[in-house]
Parts: sequence; C-alpha cells; structure tokens
Amino acid sequence: MNKQKIMGVINLIHETDELDKLTHGRCTATVPFGSRYRIIDFTLSNMVNSGIQEVGIFVHKKYRSLMDHIGSGKSWDLQHRQSGLFILPPITDDVQELSRGDLFHFYQNRDYFLRSKPEYVLITRSHMVCNIDFRKVLDFHLEKEADITVVCHQSTEPVLGKARKVRMDGSGRIVEIQDSYGRMLSDYSNMEMYLMKKDLLMDLVETSLAKGQDHLVRHAIFSKLEQLNVYGYVHDGFLAVVNTINSYYGNSMKLLDSDVWRKLFYEPGPIFTKVKDGPPARYSPDAIVSRSIIANGCLIEGTVRNSILFRGVHVHKGAVVEDSIIMQNGVILPNSIVKCSIFDKDVVIEENREVKGVSSGPYLAGKRKVI
Amino acid sequence: MLMARKEMIAMLLAGGEGKRLGVLTKDLAKPAVYFGGKYRIIDFTLSNCVHSGIDTVGVLTQYQPLELNRYLGIGTPWGLDRRDGGMTILPPYMQKEGGVWYKGTANAIYQNIPYIERYEPEYVLVISGDHIYKMDYELMLQHHKETGAAVTIAGFEVDWKDASRFGLMHIDEQQRITGFEEKPVIPSSNLASMGVYIFNWQLLKQYLIADEANPASSNDFGKDLIPAMMNDNLLLSCYIFNGYWKDVGTIDSLWEANMDLLELSPSLDLGDPEWRIYSVNPNQPAQFVAEHAKVASSLISEGCFIEGEVKRSVLFYGVETGAGSIVHESVIMPKVKIGSNVSIYRAIIGDGAIIEDGATIGKPDSTEITVIPVGKHVYAQDQLMGVE
Repeated sequence: MNKQKIMGVINLIHETDELDKLTHGRCTATVPFGSRYRIIDFTLSNMVNSGIQEVGIFVHKKYRSLMDHIGSGKSWDLQHRQSGLFILPPITDDVQELSRGDLFHFYQNRDYFLRSKPEYVLITRSHMVCNIDFRKVLDFHLEKEADITVVCHQSTEPVLGKARKVRMDGSGRIVEIQDSYGRMLSDYSNMEMYLMKKDLLMDLVETSLAKGQDHLVRHAIFSKLEQLNVYGYVHDGFLAVVNTINSYYGNSMKLLDSDVWRKLFYEPGPIFTKVKDGPPARYSPDAIVSRSIIANGCLIEGTVRNSILFRGVHVHKGAVVEDSIIMQNGVILPNSIVKCSIFDKDVVIEENREVKGVSSGPYLAGKRKVI
Repeated sequence: MLMARKEMIAMLLAGGEGKRLGVLTKDLAKPAVYFGGKYRIIDFTLSNCVHSGIDTVGVLTQYQPLELNRYLGIGTPWGLDRRDGGMTILPPYMQKEGGVWYKGTANAIYQNIPYIERYEPEYVLVISGDHIYKMDYELMLQHHKETGAAVTIAGFEVDWKDASRFGLMHIDEQQRITGFEEKPVIPSSNLASMGVYIFNWQLLKQYLIADEANPASSNDFGKDLIPAMMNDNLLLSCYIFNGYWKDVGTIDSLWEANMDLLELSPSLDLGDPEWRIYSVNPNQPAQFVAEHAKVASSLISEGCFIEGEVKRSVLFYGVETGAGSIVHESVIMPKVKIGSNVSIYRAIIGDGAIIEDGATIGKPDSTEITVIPVGKHVYAQDQLMGVE
C-alpha cells in the first residue's frame, strides 16, 4: 500500500541566518554543506526516505539558488504525476506583508494545505542537518496520542549553532520550550520538526491570526503547551545545527570523524542531491591526503589534511590545505598555504599566498574572491 | 500529429556479449561493463550522441539485457527522456511468423526498420556500445555531406600488433575507401573501422532488405553489407578520428584503458565541462580518506572509504579499503569491500566482491591481470592469481 499519510512542509520563513558571506546571495537552505550537498538536501532526503511524496517548500527570501538547485525535484524523486514538490513563494498584497510570520504565509497558501490528501503534516526547517526516519516519529505520535510531536535531540555537550531548548516531564510531554538565548538548562534541543494533524495546523493558523499572532512556534505552540498534548520524540543520531559561521565550521569538522560520516550519510537512508556528472577525484603522484572528505571532480596535486573539498576543487603542487572547507571549483595555486578557512564557491588563491584563520574564528572568503 | 523530422538518428548496437571479458560479462552485456571509476562503457556513446545534437537513439539489446535495461531506464541521466524521440530500447521481438534473435548487426537494424521510418531521417548513425571515446558525430556528418558519400565509416589508426582484431580499411588520398577486410590474420593496413557508420537512410534500407533476402549472408555490416556496397561501386568515405579511442573488449585492454586515465594529462579527459560523460548517479557521499591513508596517482569515486594505501588504481563508488591494505595498479569496481592487510596487485575486482582481511590477489610484476568475479567472496587464506 502506498497511501500517503504525511505531507512535508519545509518552512524557510524567517529561518535563522547568521552565516555571513555564505548567505549574501543565497538562503540558509542552499548553503553548501558536507562536500557535495546543500543544507536542504538532508531534510528533503529524510522526507523522501520516510515515504513522504508530497513536499511544499515555503520560500521567503533569496531563493533563486534554491529554485536552481531543486528544479523539478527529480533528484529527490519528487517529480510525480499525483503529488511531488511544490515551491510556495510568499503571496502578499504589499511588501510589508513579506515580513509577517510563518502562520500568515501558511494562511495565504491555505488552498495548498486543503487540497493535499495526507492527514498529517510535518513542518521542518532546513538548517537541522541529520538523517532521520519520520515514520518512527509518526508511530511515536500515534502511540502517545499526541496532538503535536516535536523532534528533539539530546546531548550533554553544548550545541553548536542556535537551537531552542526543550524541557520534558517523565512521560516525554514537553512542559517548556525556550528560545536559544533562554536561561533554561536542558540537554534537549528542539530540532524544529513538528508533526501534527493537518486539521490542527489549520485551526492553529486561523485562531492565532484572529488574535493577531503569526508565529507558529512562539505563538501557536509555546503558549499552548498546557492545552495541547505536545510530546518530544528523541532522535538519537548525529545532529548539526547549521545557522552560524562557527556552527557551520565546527559541524563540518565533525564530519571528519568516520563514524559521523557513516551515520549522517548512510543511516537510515541515503542523501540525495542535484547531479553534476563530474569525473571521479584525481590524485597526482605527489598528492598527500589524510583525514579528509573529497568530492568528485577534484584534482589533488598538493597536501590536504583535516579538510572538506567540494566538487571540482584543484589543489596545485606544493599547496597545503589544512582544517579548511573549500567549496565548489576552488583553486589553490602552487605553494600556497590555507589553514582554518572557509572558501565559498570559485575562490582562487594565487601562488605563494598564506591564508590562515583560527578554529574559533575561521577565515571566510566570499564567492569568487581572489587572494 | 506533427512530429519534427529528424535529420539523423542513432542506432546503438548494445547486444554484445563481450566473451573475451570472461567472468566480467557472465551476467552482463558488454556495454554495461564498468569503466573509469564511475561509468559504464555505454555512457560514452550515449553522451557522444547527446553532445553531437542527436536526440533520438534506438538501443538494440539482446544478450543479458536485464542489468543494461535497468541502467538505461528511460534515458533520463543522458537527457534522453524526450517527448519526440529520446531513447528507445529495442530488443528482438515476436512477429506473426514467429520472432528471431538479431542474427547479426545488419539484421538487428533490419528488424527495426519500422522504428527508423517513424522519424523519416535523412541519415542513420550506426554505433556500438563497446568503445571508449569522445567523438562529435556532427563533424562526421559534415564530412559525410561534403563528400557526398553513400556511407561514411569512422577510422582510427591502431597499433599494428592489434590490427588483426579489427575490420581494416584501405583508403586513397581523398579518403575514399578502396578496400575493406574484416579481422584478417595478416593485416595489410592499420586503419581500423571504429564501428561508427553514417548511412543515407533510403540507401541503407535498400541494402538491408537485399541483404536479408540473401540466405548466404551472415547479416553483418562489416562482413556483408559494406562489401556489398563496395562491389556496387558506391562512394564509401572514411572519416579519420584523431582522439582517444579504445576497444575494451579484452581483460588486458580494459585494464589498460583504466590505467590510461591515471596519466598526468590523460588523452581521454573526463573532466571537460563542455563534454561531460553522463552516467546514472549512484547517490553516494563524497569519499572519506582516513588519517593514515596514502592515496596517489589514482582515480577515486564517491562513497569510497579509504584507510590503506592506494596507488595507480581506479576505485569505483562505494569501495572500502581497510587499514594496512595495499591496492596497486588495480581496478576496483563498485561496492567492493576490502578488509585490512589485504594486498592487491594488477587486478580487476568485480563489483560487490568481498575481500577478507589478509588475502593476497595478484603479483606486483605479473604480466597477467588477475580478475575476481562479480560478488566473489575471497577468504583470508586465499592467494589468487590469474583469471578464473
């Protein structure tokens, strides 16, 4: 049987964005991550791997790169006759409405929700990078007879990046949610994934807007923790919260742990992305590579350590790249040294240069910069 | 319905059994054999078609088509899922008077005359899915039009020592073909036919029908049709191709062609953004090179996890090599799992094989390439040499 129970909604409205130059020309969702992916690939793949065949993306700002990346949704197998992918840009009468909260935009697109057949809706952000099976979240939701299930992550280490905190009682019911700057001490972070019946969402949209409130989490969920059964489902895999430069860098470096690499990219499902058709990576006789992730299309003639190279990067002879992230088509010319840096796409480092950041403050070069 | 007439369509012969590839083609047609770290042989001809502006390709399959069909699908990875034309897989089929297998290359085209007629093409390009090369068929078509030939055959100068494996051509100074011999024992020319033909369709059709009516014919382009055209004094022209071209029909040539890619500036450039080689995407993460790994002079694809030493080798997607393992001058096909302290020298390992810790395959200075069959489990105590 293949009847769809859940529709996916990727909510990019007012998504936290402190990614500096990386989001000058794009939204957080399309920031390159993990050597060949864009951040949104993880959420899209998770949905598809969980059997969700209808996904709506509420885009908001700077979404040209998103349209380019997603295309028809074919790369995620979301190009169907019956359902598939919907990109929902803001419907506004005047520009000021653009800044209103997500509930307003959901309301403006209510026809989309009403026309969809699935009974449940899963609302997510893009910047929570993980590999998760949402079918288990639905099972949990049904078992707990929850009104809303919130996916949470438990960790005793401080979370890199900005995430809301969650406090639960012994039964798993959420009793408090605080914004990332709140003082509450809790090991549980909110992964900003909310599962509920579509009818409930529509109710929340209408009742909140009637009261002049238009933020899903802050208004419709924070304030209703007493009236509604809101439960926390704990996801126990790897989580990268990617919404600040330090979390971008720190979480990228975590991928260099082979266990994290295996878990994030394979378990429970594969991660899909737009196909580029580059050749396999080439290593010259002089290449020295250790503890690194290298994408196809790279040509390595120099030294690469503790680094992540995106597709088509060329490290010339005598060049050294350490503790760095070099995005698509970056070129490091001979005898240059790059340390603790993040290079956006198409950055060129001329010969005999030295570019160094520190791990607590990596050097960040914007797209097409030449040094 | 209004349908654009096609100036030229391609008929791709993909039924080759590839006998000389032994265990690698036991369950697989030759065009589906892996090459170059992420491709299958047929990707090259399909990509050539697309880059040459040909959007209608009939793929003739016969031998072990399951995996090939699954791979080709509806042609999406090559951009051949089109409303008008695109890729069509053409297996032999049953007819009222009973069906027959494709008896030979010419018969395969003969049986698909109705397919070709649908597009009313001026020219038909006949190619095979057995070779590795990047070629612009549009330039060849230009040559064909300029010379006004009935047929143009692409030719490539091969090493004299290999010449007897090919159909060989003699040409005059205007590149007109004056003689043609199919796989002679003692070659008198080294200009090999690449198995790439452009025919004027109406003329080809006449010859196909006549050839089919001749019970003595083996219904083969090289052996029957081309000689028949020569006998009738038609103008046969040769289009000389100067790029990289390799028939990877034997274990040695398959291994060599893979090794060719490891040169500093390989004559076959896989990275040309203007001429990408399209293939089915395996959806693997970027490769992971571990702390103590040593990788040099190699071509490594997505999803590989490398802990050991890899030198002068081609690793397809999803290959894992354990700590202390050595892979030298070898071609490791997709999803092969290599344990720790394994030694592999001058070998081709079939996809999905599992090599346990401590096994030894091949020898460093061996002249013979060791081949491990698809999915084979090699145990720790095994020391394998040669072709099974």
